[in-house]
Amino acid sequence: MRAANVLHLGVKELRSLSRDPIMIVLIVFAFTFAIYSAATAMPETLHKAPIAIVDEDRSQLSTRIIDAFEPPFLLPPSVITHTQMDARMDAGLDTFALSIPAGFERDVLAGREPALQLNVDATRMSQAFTGSSYIQSIVAGEVNAFVRRHQETAAPVVDLALRMRFNPELNKSWFGAVMEVINNITMLAIVLTGAALIREREHGTVEHLMVMPVTPFEIMSSKVLAMALVVLVAAGLSLALVVEGLLMVPIEGSIALFLAGTALHLFATTSMGIFLATIARSMPQFGLLLMLVLMPLQILSGGMTPRESMPDIVQWIMQAAPTTHFVSLAQAILYRGAGLTVVWPDFAALAVIGAALFALSLARFRKTLGAMA
Amino acid sequence: MTGSGSPPVARLQNVSLRYGETLAVDAVRIDIPAASMVGFIGPDGVGKSTLLALIAGARAIQRGKIEVLDGDMASARHRREVCPHIAYMPQGLGKNLYATLSVYENVDFFGRLFGHARAERERRIAELLYTTGLAPFRDRPAGKLSGGMKQKLGLCCALIHDPDLLILDEPTTGVDPLSRRQFWELIERIRAARPGMSVLIATAYMEEAARFDWLAAMNEGRVFATGAPGELLARAGARTLEEAFIGLLPQAQREAYRPVVIERYEAGADAEPAIEARNLSMRFGDFTAVERVSFSIRRGEIFGFLGSNGCGKTTTMKMLTGLLPPSEGEAWLFGQPVDPHNIDTRRRVGYMTQSFSLYGELTVRQNLVLHARLFGMAQERVPARVQEMAERFGLQEFIDELPASLPLGQRQRLSLAVAMIHAPEMLILDEPTSGVDPVARDAFWQIMIDLARRDNVTIFISTHFMNEAERCDRISLMHAGKVLVSDKPATIMAKRGRETLEEAFIDYLGEAVGEEAAGAAPTAPVTAARNTAAAQGRTRFLSLRRLLSYSRREALELMRDPIRLTFAGLGSAILMLVLGYGISMDVEDLAFAVLDRDQTTLSREYALNLSGSRYFIERPPIRDHAELDRRMRTSELSLAIEIPPGFARDIARGTPVEIGAWVDGAMPQRAETVRGYVQGMHYHWLAAKAREVYGQAATTQLATIETRFRYNPEVTSLPAMVPAVIPILLMLIPAILTALAVVREKELGSIVNLYVTPVTRLEFLLGKQLPYVVLAMLSFLMLVALAIFVFEVPVKGSFLTLTGAAFLYVIAATALGLLISTFVRSQVAALFGTAVLTILPAVQFSGMIDPVSALEGAGALMGRIYPTTHFLNVARGTFAKALEFSDVRASFVPLLIAVPVLIGLCTLLLKKQER
Repeated sequence: MRAANVLHLGVKELRSLSRDPIMIVLIVFAFTFAIYSAATAMPETLHKAPIAIVDEDRSQLSTRIIDAFEPPFLLPPSVITHTQMDARMDAGLDTFALSIPAGFERDVLAGREPALQLNVDATRMSQAFTGSSYIQSIVAGEVNAFVRRHQETAAPVVDLALRMRFNPELNKSWFGAVMEVINNITMLAIVLTGAALIREREHGTVEHLMVMPVTPFEIMSSKVLAMALVVLVAAGLSLALVVEGLLMVPIEGSIALFLAGTALHLFATTSMGIFLATIARSMPQFGLLLMLVLMPLQILSGGMTPRESMPDIVQWIMQAAPTTHFVSLAQAILYRGAGLTVVWPDFAALAVIGAALFALSLARFRKTLGAMA
Repeated sequence: MTGSGSPPVARLQNVSLRYGETLAVDAVRIDIPAASMVGFIGPDGVGKSTLLALIAGARAIQRGKIEVLDGDMASARHRREVCPHIAYMPQGLGKNLYATLSVYENVDFFGRLFGHARAERERRIAELLYTTGLAPFRDRPAGKLSGGMKQKLGLCCALIHDPDLLILDEPTTGVDPLSRRQFWELIERIRAARPGMSVLIATAYMEEAARFDWLAAMNEGRVFATGAPGELLARAGARTLEEAFIGLLPQAQREAYRPVVIERYEAGADAEPAIEARNLSMRFGDFTAVERVSFSIRRGEIFGFLGSNGCGKTTTMKMLTGLLPPSEGEAWLFGQPVDPHNIDTRRRVGYMTQSFSLYGELTVRQNLVLHARLFGMAQERVPARVQEMAERFGLQEFIDELPASLPLGQRQRLSLAVAMIHAPEMLILDEPTSGVDPVARDAFWQIMIDLARRDNVTIFISTHFMNEAERCDRISLMHAGKVLVSDKPATIMAKRGRETLEEAFIDYLGEAVGEEAAGAAPTAPVTAARNTAAAQGRTRFLSLRRLLSYSRREALELMRDPIRLTFAGLGSAILMLVLGYGISMDVEDLAFAVLDRDQTTLSREYALNLSGSRYFIERPPIRDHAELDRRMRTSELSLAIEIPPGFARDIARGTPVEIGAWVDGAMPQRAETVRGYVQGMHYHWLAAKAREVYGQAATTQLATIETRFRYNPEVTSLPAMVPAVIPILLMLIPAILTALAVVREKELGSIVNLYVTPVTRLEFLLGKQLPYVVLAMLSFLMLVALAIFVFEVPVKGSFLTLTGAAFLYVIAATALGLLISTFVRSQVAALFGTAVLTILPAVQFSGMIDPVSALEGAGALMGRIYPTTHFLNVARGTFAKALEFSDVRASFVPLLIAVPVLIGLCTLLLKKQER
C-alpha cells in the first residue's frame, strides 16, 4: 500500500464531494437545521393534553378544580355530561376524563373522604402516566387549599429530596440535540461513502481505477478516510457552534475524547457504507437498503429509548452494532463527563467491530470489482 | 422518389425546442414524404431524436406546428386518435422494453395495450417472432438478448398493431452487420406487405442511409440539406454519403476537417509481440462470453476488434488489462503473463473505457493531475507532463472546465490524454469513437495513427464502424464470443472476394451462425392479410384490459427485483419488530444502589421496598459519595438512594428527615418515569409506616382519586404502540414503492410507452397501483399476525372493520406515492421525498403522540385531512378499545373521500407527453 495513492485518491473524493450540491446540502442540513429542530421540537411529555370534566357537583370546589387546569400542560377542560364521556374517549377526543360526583364539596368538608374518578386513555402511553400524576397533584392541591381555611394538616415526617444528575431540569432539548448529532454522524457516514462508491460505479470510473497501479485496499481506504474526515469535522463544528453555541447545551466531558470515539465509529460505519454499496446496484436500491439497515441501527442502539427495556435477544444482537457502543460512549462522555477510564470498553468494542467490518467490506469490494467493471 | 403525388405524412413548420439553455431543434421546416423510407442523418446530439419524438407525439411541442397523418399534433384529441396508427421505437438498445420480462411477455404487453383479444394476440405474436427469428428465444429475458435481437424485439413490439407510420430512432446502432442487414430486409418485407406504411429512421451509419428514399441531414438542431441520396451526392460532388455530409456542412465546420492520412505499418525486425492471447475463455455462470480467443499483436501495430455490442470485445479487453481473471487460457503483455496483482505491467498500459469514464466533478486539469500521480509520476514532472498532454490533445482552452460541459469529441480527447498521461507503450481503447461526429472521429484517428507510427505505441482498439476497421493494420472479426478471422483488412476482403469489408464480414458471420441464421431469417413474406379492423384499441374512457396489462407487467417486474421485493414483502415486518421493541416507554429493570449510612432495620426495609418492585434491580451497596459519582457516570446506576445517619432514630423521635435520591437525567423521558416511580414508592412506604405507628386513623385523607387506565390497564408500551405503528408502516412502504414505480419508468425510458400507446393516464396509474395494493394488504395481514402472535396484542374489536379501513387506507397510501412521483424526476428524490412527506405527517400530525384535537394551525389542518389520522383511530379502536364498525363509522368517510381525490390529482398532474 502506498500512502501517497490514498492521499491523492482521498483528495479526489473531497473534490468530488465539494462539487455535489445535494450531498453538501445534506451535510449542512443534518448538522445545523436538523439538530436545531430536533432540540427545540422535542415534544414535552405533557403538552396540551385534552381533558374533559364531568361536573355533577357544581360547587365552589368543583369550579376551582376545573379552573386549575391550564395550558401548557393541559388544554382548558371541556365540561361534558356523563353520557358523552365514553363516546368521546372511544373517538380519541380526550386523553383524560375526570368525574366529580354530586355532593363532593360537602363530603370533603365533612371528612367523608369522597372519591373522584379519573379515566385515562392508556393507549396514549406518553401522556397517560405523567398526566395522571400531574392531575392528581393539581386536584390534591386545590382540595388542600380549599380545606386549609378550616383545619391544619401535618407536614410529612420523611421527605424525599429528588435530584436529577447531569441534567437538573430534565431539559429535553439537551438530549434531543446531542442524540441528533449522534444519529446524523451514523447516517452521513453510510450515505456519503455508499454514494461515493455507487457514483464511481455508475460513471464507470471504478474500472479505470482498477487498471491503474492502485490496489482495492487503497481505493477503499481513501473513501473511508475522506468521508470519515468530512463527517468528523462537520460533527465537531456542529457540537461547538450549534449545540454549545446556539442551543447552549452544557457539555460535561471532553469533546476531544468524544471526537476520538467518533473517529473509531466512523471507521466502522464508513466500511458499512462500502459494504451496502457493493450489494446495491444503483442509488435507489441503496436507498431502500439504507432504510432497512439504518432504522434498526438507530432505534435499537439505546439512543432513543433505554436499552434495558428491550428484550434480551435484541440487546444481545445489538452488541454487534457499532451504534450501540457509540451511543453508550457518547452519552457517557457528553452528558456524564466520563473519561477514558470509564468508556474504554466501548472504544475497544468499536475498534474490533470496525476492523471486522472493514475486512468484510474489503473482501466483498475485491470480489465485486470484477462485476462492477 | 419523394412520392410527389400523395400529401406528406408529416409537415413541420418552424419547429423549435429548447432544453433549458440549449437549443436542440432550431426552426425546422420540412415536409416528410409519405409511403417511403425517410432517413435523418447526422452525428449524436444534433436533434434527430428530439425531432422524431416530437413527430411521434412523445414530446410536447414548444414552438412551431407539426401535422402528422393529417392532424395537428398539438391537439390531444388528434394524438389520441392517431396513436394507434403510429409506432415509435426510441433510441437506445431496448429502451422501451422491460429487461426482466421475457421476449414473449414484452410483445404480449404491447399487444394487450393495443387491445387485442387473446387469440388475435397470440397469432400476431407467433407470426412476428417467427418473421424476426426470435421464436427460439421467446422465454429469454429481454435484458439478456444481444443488441441485434433487442432491436428486433423492439420492432416486434412496434409492429404488433400494424402502424401506418413507423418511427425508428437509431435502430441499428451497435448491432452487428449481419443482424443489421437482416433488420433492413425485415423492414423491406413488411413494407412490401404494407406499401402504404411510412418509415422514419434516424441513423448515424451513412452506408445505411444511402439505401433510403429520402434524407434530411441535420447539424446543430437544423436541417441543412434534404433530398434523395443521389441528389445529395450530386450536390456535394462526393463519392460517399459520409463525404457528402461533410461537404454540405456549413463553411466554418468544414474547415476544421482534415482527411485521415494513413501510413501503413512496416513490421520491423524487433517486432516482438506486445500482446499475446492464447485460448482465452470467459464464462459467467452457464453463459460463455468469450470462447477460446487467440491472437498476437506486434509492437507498434494498430489492431482492431470488430463486432457487435455484447459479442465479447469488452470482456476480452478486460481480461487483457487484468480487470477480469479469465476462466481459461493465458495472455502475455510484453512477454509477461497477465497477472491482476502485478501493478507494474499496469504502468505500461493505458486503457480507455467505453463510456469515456472521467471524473465529472474534477476539472480537465485535475483529471490529468490525478492520473499522473496515481501512475506514480514524480511530483516535479507532473505539471510539465500535464502541459504537454494539454497541448498535444488541444485541451488548453478549457483546461479548468468540468468535462461535463465539453462536447463529446473533446471529452473523448481528454479521455485519451488521461490514458496517455504516463506515456504507456500500449493503449487499449474500447469503442473510443461511438457517438462522436465524423469530423471529430477523423481527427481522433489521426492522433492515434501518429502515436502508433511516431511513438511506436501499440494500439488495441474495438469498434463497430466498418470504415474505422479499414484503417487498422490488422483486425479480428468477433461474433458471439469467438474470433471468426484475424488478418489485414485487405486480405480479408480478398479472401472472400468481396468489394467491402462489410460484405466480407457478413459472409463470415453467415458461415458462423449457419443453421441459426437459416431459422432466423425466413424468407417468407410477411402476411399482408392482417385483420386491420380487429380491435384496434378503441379509445374508450377506461379499458380494463390495458389497465390489467400494466398491473401484470408491474407484478412480473417486481417479482424479479430481489431488493424491491424484499423491501415490499419483509420491509414492514422488519420495521415493525424494530419499532415495537425499540420505541418502548416501559421502564423496567432499572439498576439502583443504596448508600446506607444508617444501617438499621428500618433503613434496610426502605431499600427492600424498592428492590421488591418489578421496576428496580438492586446492585451492591455504595460505600461513599465518590463511588456514587463514579458508578453513575458509567451509567451502571440509574438511581442512587442515600439514607442519612440517624434515620431510624429521627423517625422514632418525629424529627423530620430527608432521604436523598439521585436520578440519571441523561435520558429525560426515562428520568421522569423513574421520578414518578420513586415518589410513588416513597409515599406508599410512608403510608404503610404511618399505619403501623398510628393505626388506621392516620390514613385519613381529604379525598381520593380513583384512576382507571382504560383500554390498556397495565399501561405497557406494546398495546399502545402496535396499533400506532401499523398505520405508519402501511403509509411509508406502499407510498415509497409506488413512487419508485413511476419514476423508475421515467429514468429507464419506458415511460415513453405511456406517451405513445393508447393507454390513458388513469389506466396507467390504476394499473401500476393494483399490484402494490395487493402487496400492502398482504403486509397488513402479516403485521396484524405479528401483533397478535409475537407482541401478543389482540384485536379486541371487529377485525373486519379493521381490514376494511386498511384496504381504503392502502389505496390512499399508494395513491399518495403516485402523486409524489408525478413531481419528482429521479428515483433517489422519490425515495427520500416520499419518506419525509409520509413519516412526518404520520408521526407528528396524526394523533400518534399528541391527539389531533390538541393540534393548532397548519398542523391541525394537516392532521384532519391526512389519511393516517383516520386509520389510526380505527386501528386503536379495534385493537385496544374493542370497538365495532358502528363506533368508528365516522373515520371511514375521510378515507372514502381521500381515495378519489388523490387518484384524481395524480391523473391531472401526470403528463401524457414529455415536456
